[in-house]
Amino acid sequence: MALLKYMPQKFNFDFIGKRMIAFLVTAVIMVGSVAALAVNGLNFGIDFRGGLLLEVRTEGPANLAQMRQSLGGLGLGEVALQGIGTNGDEVMIRVQRQEGGEEAQLAALQQVRQALGDDVQIRRTEVVGPKVGAELVRDGTLAIALSILAIAAYVWFRFEWQFGVGALVATFHDVIATFGFFALTGMEFNLTTVAAILTIAGYSINDTVVSYDRVRENLRKYKSMPLLDLLNLSANETLSRTLLTGVTTLLAVVALFFFGGDVLRGFSAAMIFGVVIGTFSSIYVAMPILVYFNLRHSDSGEGEEEEESEKAKSEERAAG
Amino acid sequence: MIYFSKWKIALILAVCLAGFVFAAPNLLSRQQADQLPDWYQPVNLGLDLQGGSHLLLEVDVQAVLQEQLNSLVEAVRNDMRQNRIRYADLGVVGTSVQLRLLDQAQFEEARNSLRRLDSDVEVQVRDNGLAVLTYTEQAQTVRRNAVVNQSIEIVRRRIDELGTREPTIQRQGEDRILVQLPGVSEPERVKELLGRTAVLSFHLVDHSTSVEEALRGRVPPGSMLLPSIEQDMSGQPAHYVVRRRVELSGDLLVDSQPAFQDNRPVVSFRFNTQGARRFGDLTQQNVNRQLAIVLDNQVISAPSIREPILGGSGVITGRFSVQEANDLALLLRAGALPAPLVVLEERTVGPDLGADSIRAGQIATVLGLVLVLAFMLVAYGTLGVFANIALLVNLALLLGALSLLGATLTLPGIAGIVLTLGMAVDANVLIFERIREEMRNGRSLINAVDAGFKRAIVTILDSNLTTLVAAILLFQFGSGPVRGFAVTLAIGLVTSMFTAVWVTRLLMSTWLRYSKPKSLPV
Repeated sequence: MALLKYMPQKFNFDFIGKRMIAFLVTAVIMVGSVAALAVNGLNFGIDFRGGLLLEVRTEGPANLAQMRQSLGGLGLGEVALQGIGTNGDEVMIRVQRQEGGEEAQLAALQQVRQALGDDVQIRRTEVVGPKVGAELVRDGTLAIALSILAIAAYVWFRFEWQFGVGALVATFHDVIATFGFFALTGMEFNLTTVAAILTIAGYSINDTVVSYDRVRENLRKYKSMPLLDLLNLSANETLSRTLLTGVTTLLAVVALFFFGGDVLRGFSAAMIFGVVIGTFSSIYVAMPILVYFNLRHSDSGEGEEEEESEKAKSEERAAG
Repeated sequence: MIYFSKWKIALILAVCLAGFVFAAPNLLSRQQADQLPDWYQPVNLGLDLQGGSHLLLEVDVQAVLQEQLNSLVEAVRNDMRQNRIRYADLGVVGTSVQLRLLDQAQFEEARNSLRRLDSDVEVQVRDNGLAVLTYTEQAQTVRRNAVVNQSIEIVRRRIDELGTREPTIQRQGEDRILVQLPGVSEPERVKELLGRTAVLSFHLVDHSTSVEEALRGRVPPGSMLLPSIEQDMSGQPAHYVVRRRVELSGDLLVDSQPAFQDNRPVVSFRFNTQGARRFGDLTQQNVNRQLAIVLDNQVISAPSIREPILGGSGVITGRFSVQEANDLALLLRAGALPAPLVVLEERTVGPDLGADSIRAGQIATVLGLVLVLAFMLVAYGTLGVFANIALLVNLALLLGALSLLGATLTLPGIAGIVLTLGMAVDANVLIFERIREEMRNGRSLINAVDAGFKRAIVTILDSNLTTLVAAILLFQFGSGPVRGFAVTLAIGLVTSMFTAVWVTRLLMSTWLRYSKPKSLPV
């Protein structure tokens, strides 16, 4: 046990020196994400688009073709069917939002229920009218935007403004990349996706703050070290922690992905992607960006004394 | 920092114990848990886990305000007529009633008279004679609140009549009502009952003209043409011409029950004293005339009054099925909605899908837990054992806190728990890595542990608080199940900070004291 013994004691990767490569990768991710968003758009679920969703179970294997025919004949516009689950008897039915107000959605639900007949067991129905859909879009957008800003503000408050900017850029990067991931894969974008994005933002900032915390500490400790080396040192010092936490979080969300059921699959897929992209961004985006800020300039000399007196105090206590 | 005072140890242990105690009911079956007192219950399951129906309704307050404006128009008309004030173009414009006064000499008189109409109405008379009447903001708010609160009351009564188990009915925002019905997997009947305002009124049938004449658009003033629920011979809905005047209305009813008359389902009703007197007078004065019973602007039936009805009770006959008679009686008992309700959103989960979700959530949680535990043990050895104990305590605290706070656990909430399991060890990893680093820098073990904890705490606080910010925003802007996720995530962050910092530290200090290791096992 304790396999960490065999991990190298000190890493010495030149993260910051290779920052141009990192920036290039970042640029590709960003451009790719925006392009995917522009070309594919997001596959909005009914939470945002409005419409109907039914999850049904048939007796014996589901006959998708027949179902598609009977539901398609209702004149409800686009009806999408998708076999889910492992037994081949579960089907997810999505019906586009109906013209007309909220009542039209309910009337359509009634029609679908009738067309399905009594042999089909309806396990879940969701009906979202246009009004609520629009509100959920607004709330979701607001939540994502505010959380990015709030996170940046917190980091600014606790550190210096440069760190706040770095955190803002890194979080923004992760959110855009996750959007791009959803545009590229065509996975359904719904309310739980918004939750996933906020969690990814939270997770990534967690990583970033840990690295920044170390940068702040090292800035006080090594007064004369060149910034580039100092950032590299900080990234390497926190690397083992970044990776270990990434692995444990990944283990948990992978378990969720495979065993958490269909409803959570999109969420856990997003989280898996998010943990990876969040880890990447805190090393390769949040750190190198600090190179371009004059960090020393705004740093006062108080830190040194504090550090020393703290050290003395703790030694005293440990000895006593 | 690694030495604890006795009371601190006691406090930490007490918190952990409380976590296990309050988490314990979650291991019981539903039946066993029902035996426990209210404050000692397992966590509430959201509708997506226990199955049930979630309906978001909107009270159409606008309709009521519009109606209010319409009656204001009538009041203005009467008032102007009485005072012989000349006017033109009287009508509703947007949210106000407007009219144009024609005689400048009457402006002042009109203004004064209009002001006396209703103290909630603001009257403006402009120089060109345009008079604008608007309800004050305050009056509209009072009205809106009254309408929404009354709607909630009626919705509650109707749903209670259905005998639904533990429904939740609460106001949401300005004019919305959230209805949650655990265990209801087919909310069709509920929606049907809530979709009717059920305004009942009694009108005299106007015999001065024929229905055919009225259908051609010639309805006598003071009367109106209403469709019937019955059909005429050609299969079209029949119509009646009835007086506009409401002789009696459903709000005077005290009871209504389904019954049978001549083997056909009917609905019996009983008026209160005031209603009984008026019903008596009405039937006495109008023997042999037809009395139309109107529900939501549809004539249910229009029986002839054969004799005065003095007891204050009667029956409504019509072409009812048993179910329809039941529903009508229920609606009349529960009372009329002051405004129509619109279903904005419906989410229903069948009970067996909920059970499947719980099972999937349990498997994912256990598996995630086992994977993380195994990883920590393999990576850190002895230290990993400490982290793992802290993680288990964390899970107990999280479940205990959710149960104690009466929070609702949803499927995304379970995702939050699993995620917390993965992220919670972060705090321990931070501490351990720091200790290893301090040892590499040449500190003694005790010294390194001490410094490790102290240094890591700042980082832990900063990094967790930022995630907490995201969780709080998610709670603020999220809805339904997603809120459940935000709750578990936020509580999980707090409990993991506690366990990583205090529980692990207590474990390590005990270990240092009793086994006196010389070096770190990692």
